[in-house]
Amino acid sequence: MGEAIAFYTLAAFILGFAVLVVTTKDTVHSVLFLVLDFLFVAALYVMLGAQFLAAIQILVYAGGIVVLYLFVVMLVNLKRPAEVHVDPNRRGQMGFWLSAAVLGELALISAWGYVAPAPPVGSVVGMPASITGNTEQVGWLLYTSYLIPFEIASMLLLVAMIGAIVLAKREL
Amino acid sequence: MITPTHYMLLSAALFMIGVVGVLTRRNIIIIFMSIELILNAVNINLIAFSAQLQNAIGQVFAVFVIAVAAAEAAVGLGIILAFYRNKETVNIDEMNLMRW
Repeated sequence: MGEAIAFYTLAAFILGFAVLVVTTKDTVHSVLFLVLDFLFVAALYVMLGAQFLAAIQILVYAGGIVVLYLFVVMLVNLKRPAEVHVDPNRRGQMGFWLSAAVLGELALISAWGYVAPAPPVGSVVGMPASITGNTEQVGWLLYTSYLIPFEIASMLLLVAMIGAIVLAKREL
Repeated sequence: MITPTHYMLLSAALFMIGVVGVLTRRNIIIIFMSIELILNAVNINLIAFSAQLQNAIGQVFAVFVIAVAAAEAAVGLGIILAFYRNKETVNIDEMNLMRW
């Protein structure tokens, strides 16, 4: 019962703030609603027993990425509202129809693609029984089975960092 | 009782809100934020199934998704800044330099 109350409360906040992010006119307000949305998603992760992911979500998303967005919103002069100029060829309704099509696909998948719930597969093969904590488990997996993807992700971040510097620099 | 279906429905709803944002807004910063919402919807799915299967592999993939989201935000916002410097706009309707 408590789990249901927590889930529905968190879900209501997550979806409500997501709608606000998308609909608010002021971009700064939109970024702030995005922070709140990320915080509630982190709370949902805690509910699911993924404490490490919750901490990462708060540190990386709410602390890092959103600050980056705020920087850009402040750097970009929005005195001229972004939404004033309208392309005469723009099909505004089309976006909603395409979204409805995606929603229909998701509904079809959930209605027709039902599979029997899988039984819990338990811990990963080869993981020592002494590793019990959430952070320990994720760390063990990252440094054993998923070591190469982990290194590739670090390369990706390095490339993205250099790319962002090159793009944002006025002249090299 | 909260089943994975509930989490999938929440994730699908969040995903849809993100898709509507990407397809209907004209401010490119808001579009990027909608993409972040979509990636968060994916993460909710991964972690819900990770909890359901009692297996931490889903959380590992969620870490990778977060890493890719960080890279995407850095490069994307760099592109926005570079474009704004040239054209003084963040409206995607005016971003038609490479339109055929």
